[in-house]
Amino acid sequence: MSAQSHTAESRGLAHHFEDFNQQLDASTFGMWLFLITEILFFGGLFAGYALYRSHMPEGFQTASSHLNIFLGGFNTVVLIASSLTMAMAVRSCQLGDNPKTRNFLIATLFLGLVFLGVKVIEYGEKIEHHLVPGPNFDTSIPFAQGQQMFYNFYFAMTGMHALHMIIGSGLLIYFIVRAHQGRYHSNYFGPVEIMGLYWHFVDIVWIFLFPLLYLLGLHLGGH
Amino acid sequence: MSATLTTPPVSTQPPAEHRPTYLNITKTIGSWLLTLDHKRICLLYLLSIALFFSIGGFAAMLVRLELLTPAGDFLTADGYNKAFTLHGIMMVFFFLIPSIPATMGNFLVPIMVGAKDVAFPRLNLMSWYVFMFGSVLAITSVLLGGVDTGWTFYTPYSSTYSNSAVTFAALGAFVAGFSSILTGLNFMVTIHKMRAPGLTWFRLPLFMWAIYSTSVIQILGTPVVAITLVMVALERTLQFGFFDPKLGGDPILFQHLFWFYSHPAVYIMILPALGVISEVISAMSRRKVYGYTFVAMSSVAIAIISFIVWGHHMFTSGQSVYAGMVFSFLTFLVAIPSAIKVFNWLGTMYQGSISFATPMIYALGFLGLFAVGGLTGLFLAAMGTDLHMHDTYFVVAHFHYIMVGGAVMGFYAGLHYWWPKITGRAYPEFLGQVAGTLMFFGFNFTFFPQFLVGYLGMPRRYHAYPAEMQVFNILSSVGASILAIAYILPAIYLAWSFFYGKRVGDNPWEAKGLEWEIPSPPPTENFLKPVVVTEEPYTYTKEAH
Ligand SMILES: [Cu+2]
Repeated sequence: MSAQSHTAESRGLAHHFEDFNQQLDASTFGMWLFLITEILFFGGLFAGYALYRSHMPEGFQTASSHLNIFLGGFNTVVLIASSLTMAMAVRSCQLGDNPKTRNFLIATLFLGLVFLGVKVIEYGEKIEHHLVPGPNFDTSIPFAQGQQMFYNFYFAMTGMHALHMIIGSGLLIYFIVRAHQGRYHSNYFGPVEIMGLYWHFVDIVWIFLFPLLYLLGLHLGGH
Repeated sequence: MSATLTTPPVSTQPPAEHRPTYLNITKTIGSWLLTLDHKRICLLYLLSIALFFSIGGFAAMLVRLELLTPAGDFLTADGYNKAFTLHGIMMVFFFLIPSIPATMGNFLVPIMVGAKDVAFPRLNLMSWYVFMFGSVLAITSVLLGGVDTGWTFYTPYSSTYSNSAVTFAALGAFVAGFSSILTGLNFMVTIHKMRAPGLTWFRLPLFMWAIYSTSVIQILGTPVVAITLVMVALERTLQFGFFDPKLGGDPILFQHLFWFYSHPAVYIMILPALGVISEVISAMSRRKVYGYTFVAMSSVAIAIISFIVWGHHMFTSGQSVYAGMVFSFLTFLVAIPSAIKVFNWLGTMYQGSISFATPMIYALGFLGLFAVGGLTGLFLAAMGTDLHMHDTYFVVAHFHYIMVGGAVMGFYAGLHYWWPKITGRAYPEFLGQVAGTLMFFGFNFTFFPQFLVGYLGMPRRYHAYPAEMQVFNILSSVGASILAIAYILPAIYLAWSFFYGKRVGDNPWEAKGLEWEIPSPPPTENFLKPVVVTEEPYTYTKEAH
């Protein structure tokens, strides 16, 4: 390997790794460890959510029934579709097909931006109805304290999730450029694969957020 | 053959002036600030944490000056709160947590696993920048008037009742936490995936087991305190009442989330020191570590148990008495792996040919202080005695015996032991022995009286106290000045020896381990030929003594 260290074959291999296998192994393992830290990061919010939901069940259910299930459901479908395009980008990259990789990454980015756009509409509705916690919160609504606590978690959890989506979109742009430049080959596709792990993780977080936030008050009949 | 730093034996290498080393290969400031070499990053951290240690030490000096007299005359109550908070935040987040892992860990992890660098060198450099950015935020909070919550940021002190720059300090700790996570992640991947051929898990030096266990805690614990500090920041800035009882929030939730990280964080500080002590005692006694597997596994056990004991911080905060009993029992379990280590070290020294070189002076001091710190922890783990001693100076003395007596002594032990490897030069041995001895006595002088005055009921975090407690406080303040000298002295002679110390050979201690088989200071790529490991660590017993 060392004899051909600057040939096209080994382009993308960092000097301190023996071969592509070790590099891919290390970076994949590193990403999994990072995702474990992410689980614990969101875990703090989930723990708080569980505690207060058990303290104020009525407030949580009432507030949940006012979320827009249609928009939430639509976003869920959008994110699952983006996971599919992401998986296809990874597959194309493993096969060394740079243009296809680029196109699937662009599709993923597009779906991600659709999700964020819908989120903006939803946040706008909440601001309009004085449902953002803090001094402007409408305290005349029933179970106001529980509802406000619910919205604390709604904004903190979806906000943190959206932040991860925004970071993910930034990374996607970087990988789109790299794929466009034709940087990947059938030995060197690790970065896109790892990007995929991250993107899927962010999707999975949403899969948990959606029922906990949107479906909690379904039996009360919402919009 | 006594293990002191003597004239180098005939080296197989040309002298360091005439060959490329990681220190002399490039000389510009930029080549240091943009370096991807784990050994240079070690030195970047060493300089930065030395700065933060002095800031924290300065704040400690203000505290000890105030407590010389019973009346609150030197600082206002508010000023005193800010002084001990600054001391705590600097020492915990910006010195103790990065101390050994970010310096000696950075230098030694790749070398001890036989690799050219850590798995992610760029991430490693980024961790240092993230750390420095966190420190800038924390120091900004001081410039904005300081923080008065204590390093624990307890709500509602930090949310409803504080008028100080809490948000900046909390963000500083949050950002520094990410540096800690990324460093732990880097080391864990390196130890898993970069080991040289033949280097099986049970051939790893015990320092690697300690760093590995530390990384587990950094990865699993730190994100929880990160999100907790985000929630505090949201509460302060946007009035999201996560922990505010007026809005239905529960301040105790903060304590649970905070201690879920911050109890394990104590082991982020002490576990690497335990690893250093295993290395030093083995080399200085010229004996294979007694019970290698037990010492290695006790590190892992400490990491695991550390996650299920956090409730011992809430015995008096309204936690149910049954939860308290479980947490109390679980806390006692920590004593088992800790005692395994101490007895195995004693077993290692037994019949060894012990040298009293500086690293060993620190290691022996460590043993004494760690034992006292650990045993007094049992007083506090028992709910009955804790009710009496909770929030008194007994607690302060206990955790200083672990975090300063243990972790800082371990830090100095390792620094002296590996200094010849890091710099290629010897430190002045006699001064080292003097400083090590002084540190042990100065430390006991400072903190032992605090056990007594705490047992008599002096609460922590007050700037005034009853006159009959003055004698203990005078002892403590005088001891602290001795301790200060013991800390400053090595800083001076180590800095001097970095430039002017006598050159040493590759293995001045005649110690075992991959790091002693490469040149001092090492070349950028660490190893000149491919590494293959064929034997267990610590093969000292093969030599006749
Ligand atoms: Cu604890």
